[in-house]
Amino acid sequence: MSSSRGDLGAGGEAERELHVLAVDDSSVDRAVIAKLLRSSKHRVTTVDSGKRALELLGLEPNVNMIITDYWMPEMTGYELLKKVKESSTLKEIPVVIMSSENVANRINRCLEEGAEDFLLKPVRPSDVSRLCSRMMR
Amino acid sequence: MAPTALQEKLNGLVNSMFAEGLLDEQFQQLQMLQDGSNPGFVAEVVTLFCEDSERILAELTKLMDQAVVDYSKVDAYVHQLKGSSSSVGAQNVKLACIQFRQFCEDNNKEGCMRALNVVKHEYYHLRSKFETMLHLENRIQAYETKQQS
Repeated sequence: MSSSRGDLGAGGEAERELHVLAVDDSSVDRAVIAKLLRSSKHRVTTVDSGKRALELLGLEPNVNMIITDYWMPEMTGYELLKKVKESSTLKEIPVVIMSSENVANRINRCLEEGAEDFLLKPVRPSDVSRLCSRMMR
Repeated sequence: MAPTALQEKLNGLVNSMFAEGLLDEQFQQLQMLQDGSNPGFVAEVVTLFCEDSERILAELTKLMDQAVVDYSKVDAYVHQLKGSSSSVGAQNVKLACIQFRQFCEDNNKEGCMRALNVVKHEYYHLRSKFETMLHLENRIQAYETKQQS
C-alpha cells in the first residue's frame, strides 16, 4: 500500500484535493493510475486487491473516490463495488471501474450496481481530469 | 560522448521503436506524464513492466509444459500481460498476446506454444531496447547532475 499528497493550488487558494483509493493487481497499472491522479494534484493510496481495499476503508474513512480494476483474482472490481454499496458507512463513496475489455453487459452491470463511471484501459489523462472535475463539483 | 549527442541517440532510438511498432501512443502518454517532480517515472514503469512480464512468462512456460494444459490459467496470465503491455505502450507484445488468447480460446496447444514463443521474442526484443534507452537516460542524467554540482 502506498500513499502521497498532491500540492496546494497556486494563487494562495487551496484547491480541493481528493483522496483516491486506487485498486489494481497490476503493479504497472497502479504506477500509471497513481501518476495520473497525482499529476492532477490528488492524494492517492494504492492497494493490490479488493480485500486490502476493504481493510483500508475500514481504517481510513476519508476516501473521496475509489478507482478499481475490474479483473482481479479473489475479488473482482464488481464484487468490491457491491460490498462498498452494501455498506452503510461506505456506500456514498463514488466507485469507478477500469477494464481493458469493452464488454457492454459488464459495463451495464457495473453502472446498474452504482458505479460512478467505467473507464477503458489504458486510462488517459483526459479521463482522469474529467472524472476528478466531476467529483469536485 | 557529449550530452547533446547522447540525447540525439536516445531520441533516435525511441523514434525507431515507434517506427518498428515496438511502442505505441500510450508510451508517449507516459513520457508526457514525466516531469520534474518524478523524473524517473518512465524508467519506473518500464522496470515494473519488465519484472511483471518475466514473472508471467515463467508461469506461462511452466503451464505450457504440463501434459494437460489448463487453458483458463494460461488465458488469465496472457490477459495480465496484455494489460500491462497495453498500459506501457508495448504494442507488439500486446498484439502477440491478443493472438495467444485466440489460441487459448480454441484450446490449441500447438498454437499456444507458437504464440508463447512469439510473445517471448517480442518481449525480449523490446527489453533489449528498453535497457539501451534507460542506459542512455542514466548517462544524460548523470551528466546533468554533474553540471549542477
